[in-house]
Amino acid sequence: MFETLTERMGTTLRRLRGRGRLSDANMRDALREVRMALIEADVALEVVGTFTERVREKVLGQEVLRSLTPDQEVVRAVRDELCSLMGNENAELALNVPPPAVILVAGLQGSGKTTTVAKLSRWLRQEHRRKVLVASCDVYRPAAIEQLRVLAGEAGVEFFPSRSGEDPVDIATRARAEAKRRHQDVLLLDTAGRMHVDSGMMDEVRRIHAVAEPVETLFVVDSMTGQDAASVARAFDRSLPLSGVVLTKTDGDARGGAALSIRQVTGKPIKFLGVGEKLDALQAFHPDRMASRILGMGDVLGLIEEAERKIDREKAKKFADKFAKGKRFDLEDFGEQIRQMRNMGGISSLLDKLPGTGQLPEHAKSRINDTEFVKFEAMINSMTVQERRFPALIKGSRKRRIAAGSGTRIQDVNRLLKQFAQMQKMMKRVRRKGGIGRMAQGLTGHALPGFPGRG
Amino acid sequence: MPFTRTDSARDGARKAGGFFGRLKAALGRTRSALVGRLGALLAGRRVLDEQLVEDMETVLLSADVGIEATRRIIDDLRRRAAAGRAGDEAALGAALREAMVEILAPVCRPLRVSDAAPFVILMVGVNGTGKTTSAAKLAHRFKHDGRRVLLAAGDTFRAAAIEQLQTWGERLNVPVIAQHSGADSASVVYDALSSARARGTDLLIADTAGRLHTQSGLMEELKKVRRVIKKLDPDAPHETLLVIDASTGQNALVQARQFTEAVEVSGLVLTKLDGTAKGGIIFAIAQTLEIPIRYVGVGEGLDDLRDFDANEFVDALLEG
Repeated sequence: MFETLTERMGTTLRRLRGRGRLSDANMRDALREVRMALIEADVALEVVGTFTERVREKVLGQEVLRSLTPDQEVVRAVRDELCSLMGNENAELALNVPPPAVILVAGLQGSGKTTTVAKLSRWLRQEHRRKVLVASCDVYRPAAIEQLRVLAGEAGVEFFPSRSGEDPVDIATRARAEAKRRHQDVLLLDTAGRMHVDSGMMDEVRRIHAVAEPVETLFVVDSMTGQDAASVARAFDRSLPLSGVVLTKTDGDARGGAALSIRQVTGKPIKFLGVGEKLDALQAFHPDRMASRILGMGDVLGLIEEAERKIDREKAKKFADKFAKGKRFDLEDFGEQIRQMRNMGGISSLLDKLPGTGQLPEHAKSRINDTEFVKFEAMINSMTVQERRFPALIKGSRKRRIAAGSGTRIQDVNRLLKQFAQMQKMMKRVRRKGGIGRMAQGLTGHALPGFPGRG
Repeated sequence: MPFTRTDSARDGARKAGGFFGRLKAALGRTRSALVGRLGALLAGRRVLDEQLVEDMETVLLSADVGIEATRRIIDDLRRRAAAGRAGDEAALGAALREAMVEILAPVCRPLRVSDAAPFVILMVGVNGTGKTTSAAKLAHRFKHDGRRVLLAAGDTFRAAAIEQLQTWGERLNVPVIAQHSGADSASVVYDALSSARARGTDLLIADTAGRLHTQSGLMEELKKVRRVIKKLDPDAPHETLLVIDASTGQNALVQARQFTEAVEVSGLVLTKLDGTAKGGIIFAIAQTLEIPIRYVGVGEGLDDLRDFDANEFVDALLEG
């Protein structure tokens, strides 16, 4: 599923590339793809609607005119909108209150509340040097209290014992008093999983909230949740004054569209992510990463940014001008391309980030590696300017000198020359089609016209 | 009139709450009656125009049916409409329902417990879907049918998972085979199977730890449990039940695929249908993997594990 979505966005990009401006028609296509990507990512339908509409408005604005290519502008608008909706990186808990600061967690069954309480307690103790007491108000699920007791031991925090015959509201009251008496900084209250349609249980958690007076009320939700995330979040948000969200099980491969739905419906910040089974597997939330994940575009957005940052626009322009004037592609240019590519983390990191490369067969992938380019660059550096401009000059003794100078073998020099000849041919073909100008510009300046084979 | 449900029936459904309520309510109605969302959608519509298609897509997509399965259902509906079998709103509604039931009918196969001694059921799934609770409900159900049941506490990883199953064992008066926390899960299940044979137990239900299908190490561990069971009985486990949370979105299909690859899942349990989640992802699972759907979990009570019924399920989905 991951690949198909990446592919899908890849297709959108390809379709849009080469069109001068976004027309209403081709933007409708692109937005339709975005809409489908979001639905496949489990973003709630109601949220998808408002979201794509907002993006459409943005893309129709003037920013498009200033952009390098229209397709990037669509993707960027989608990403920016997603990021801004996701809120800020915000793993702060409001603990600056007279102790004990009470943190209450609530959510559906099996969302990961107890594990989250344990992870938070560990985090507060280890990273913030707080004295933490944990207590369980889950008197329903068999051994739920025992689970928290064991985990508290692992996390090295204090545990307030409770029993399944007790009233959850009463447990909360006593745990709070106990935390105060023992001068604990933080009290973490675990609650039973409950269905948002169960009015009795929702009332219970409201009563727990009333006596516990928490500074943080965290809604814990499974990142694999589908369309239902919106209604569940809405129900919990209406019952409890939520202060934040913890998204669990994000170490799976779900796209996590629930994050967007919940954020949109409740407006509450996502504070933490559960990223594994161990107690230290708790992370701060990064809106940008979540945005890419939901869009399922590999790291194509990261690639756009990196390209913008690192590609020397001047050089790219010179390169483009040269081709526009019909100049030949020589080894000097080839060397320059390799240098730019290396600045961006090398060919393998580039490949990882491009949508669609998942489909390259393994043997093809293994042929594309950085060592080859390192060698190429060394050989080009060992050439004279004359040789770089007129590679035809490079015969026997020159080859020997270049090989010796670059620490390679004559066969390597031959391979470079052969590869280069192939590329030259390809460049000519592209130029005839008139595409090279765009290809050499800014973002796509890194695009090598061909990968080296071992032919 | 499309709305045949009386106010009291509606109140009843409300009280029961969620999907379970709708399932129950669905039973009390004739199949031709158009109710709820679908009824409202179809009111006065006679032809399958694009707006109606879009509205239907919305109903399906918001039930987690997914793009691919929704497309197939709608295409099927178009064919039915073109064949003239849907001339008015009632017929359109019936055609949609039929198109959906047809997908689920082939996987609507209840679990038949053979007379293997013992019949071994292995519970698998990602974290928090309700494996342990489902194992307990199953034990209760089979015990009620007069079978001798044994539970194996194969989740040796999660804190207090063993105690959780043991508590269920005490409540149900069903023996539980367990070792200490952190023990090898395969060894627990092996012990349990040996013990089940010695005791002449009819049914062994083995719980396992929740694991994300992306964790290859843990999936290997599960394969090992299966291999070890096969050492004692090459035909076992006779049923490998994948437990899926109904609120799961499109990832459930990936889960089903990965677990099937690892341990040959032979049946599904769809849990937590007592909320507002519709569990529409089972259409995609039915279409691509054809795994029988054995049970649906519709509440917290011990009796709230029901045989899956395609008609009921589709009605409840379209109504909400």
